[in-house]
Amino acid sequence: MAVNTNGNKVFEPWNDPQKTPLIRFEGVTKRYGDFTAIDNLTLDIYEKEFYALLGPSGCGKTTLLRLLAGFETPTEGRILLGGKDLSKVPPNQRPVNMMFQSYALFPHMSVEKNIGFGLKQEGRSKAEIADRVAEMLKLVQLTEFAKRKPHQLSGGQRQRVALARSLAKNPKLLLLDEPLGALDKKLRERTQFELMNLQESLGVTFMIVTHDQEEAMTVASRIAIMDKGIAVQVDTPAAIYEAPNSRYIADFIGDVNFIETTLGSREGDQLQVTSTFNTPFKLQSDIPADIGSTLWLAIRPEKIAISKQQPTDKDNIVQGEVIDIAYSGDTSTYHVQIADGTIVKTLQANQRRLSNREITWEDKVWLSWTNTAAIALAK
Amino acid sequence: MKAEFNWGRFFLIGIPLLWLLLFFLTPFLIVLKISLSDMATAMPPYAPAYEAGSGLLGIWAMIQAMDFENFIWLLDDNIYWLSYLSSLKIAFFSTIFTLLLGYPIAYGLARSPEKWRGFLVLLVILPFWTSFLIRVYAWIGILKSEGFLNHFLLWLGVIDDPLALINTNFAVYIGIVYSYLPFMVLPLYAALEKMDDSLVEAALDLGTTRIGAFWQVTFPLSMAGVIAGCFLVFIPAMGEFVIPDLLGGSETLMIGKTLWGEFFSNRDWPVASAVAIVLLLLLVVPILLFQRQQEKAQEAAS
Repeated sequence: MAVNTNGNKVFEPWNDPQKTPLIRFEGVTKRYGDFTAIDNLTLDIYEKEFYALLGPSGCGKTTLLRLLAGFETPTEGRILLGGKDLSKVPPNQRPVNMMFQSYALFPHMSVEKNIGFGLKQEGRSKAEIADRVAEMLKLVQLTEFAKRKPHQLSGGQRQRVALARSLAKNPKLLLLDEPLGALDKKLRERTQFELMNLQESLGVTFMIVTHDQEEAMTVASRIAIMDKGIAVQVDTPAAIYEAPNSRYIADFIGDVNFIETTLGSREGDQLQVTSTFNTPFKLQSDIPADIGSTLWLAIRPEKIAISKQQPTDKDNIVQGEVIDIAYSGDTSTYHVQIADGTIVKTLQANQRRLSNREITWEDKVWLSWTNTAAIALAK
Repeated sequence: MKAEFNWGRFFLIGIPLLWLLLFFLTPFLIVLKISLSDMATAMPPYAPAYEAGSGLLGIWAMIQAMDFENFIWLLDDNIYWLSYLSSLKIAFFSTIFTLLLGYPIAYGLARSPEKWRGFLVLLVILPFWTSFLIRVYAWIGILKSEGFLNHFLLWLGVIDDPLALINTNFAVYIGIVYSYLPFMVLPLYAALEKMDDSLVEAALDLGTTRIGAFWQVTFPLSMAGVIAGCFLVFIPAMGEFVIPDLLGGSETLMIGKTLWGEFFSNRDWPVASAVAIVLLLLLVVPILLFQRQQEKAQEAAS
């Protein structure tokens, strides 16, 4: 285990040059006719990682999973598992199992037959299979449903059968294709934590495909954000949220405000920029940019304060008018129109009751943020 | 509260019910009645017949004159139960051959590119656009001694003398398999086409070979189609008359042919009716089994 700057042990094998990755994509390209689903992709996935592939539909994330499972073969490049080339290994001989988006439970088999299916193919004895199936049923808390058929189960139960079935053979890598997509929000959130606990206790490497950014943020040790067959950024959830490398990423994960500015001056990592509406802003950034070049400030709504009085102790202030308030119970998002008509969103926790709210529509307000709140982005 | 009479439902159920009573149950009862009568050289060629204007007494007199003589006759003469057995055998093996031929066709259809599927299914049902009789006649042209097939084989040099194909049980099998193939392919196709591809992928992912995945997943899941197809071929093949008559020879014994002989050669309507009633009873058993299976399949699907 690596030790971070605070002296805490953290799980960061990707920062440890001595570790070899479990899975390595080496310049993998997958084309279907004229369409390029995966474009010269190079990725490393380490043992015991919970790796999330996140992106809009058609970005190539499912193709990536199917390449690993062996249902597709790369047009170019190699996929290595534990240092060995997987290209010639058929899907039924890979130490990789997949949990399908549709669950793909065999409708004519009982829950226990479904879970034992993979073990039966290995030619294990009946007693061995029965023991392992019982163990898996206990793991997903479905022991009393062993004899049921899939159509007699609820959606959440089916999801757990699919999970148990894909884990029964104790794969080196488990692929999960939108595993929680069919569940309702409450159940999905609970299942996310169950998945994380399971992954930690079993020590199996998980690779999850999802289009739900919150889900990826919650479960993953690292996230690869994909767009048009390319991994645009691969990083921990916190790094992706706090230090996106492009406006695409900043916009894809969470809510964000963009302000277009020109770099005025810099002293070390202290930058002075001027917005298109001539307001100067200060920020801390080590972005390599020339004086006079265009920088976009990306500021998360929750990092912007709102007040009726002009704040005196903030690095950046800007005046505007409240034109809309989106109330969502625990928080409110204020849409504030500033100088040139740009709308800036700010998220505030509703610490007071709604009737005591001091800011309302058409109020003149001051928005402020510190010099570390904004991220400077060149693209 | 008095429930209101639902006229809409009454008509919806009433009309088909009336249709079945009039055109299905009534003819059946007439056939049943004839089967219990005696042969007569008269018009109609059986006795007793209901005499118009004799009222309830006339009906009573008619019922009293009826007996099971014809059914006992069926047991006495070998020709009948040999015909039933032979029909059973021919229908059974034709069904097996049709299944063996139809399954790969249906599988290929279900796996074909989606834009082609409609056209390919159309090709399967294309023969229905020509009369059944004409298509069976066409097989005579193919199978006869100086027919296409013999010419072709002679030309290839595989044989020196024409094969005796027509008027054999072999020709009957060809005729039945050819005629009923679409009835096998269509239900199989329906069962295979709606199957989720990811099920086979899941089986492969869990370590089976392609063949293992077929026998453990694809085939069991297409069972409803297999059973439906087999019944759709077996039941009509059992009573088939045209094919054994046109393509079969003197050795071909099928109950449909025997029935036809009784009616038109012997003009023994009562025995012919008894043959028909027994055939119906023999087929009711598989039909009931078929319906139970359908119900079970529907339950599983819901």
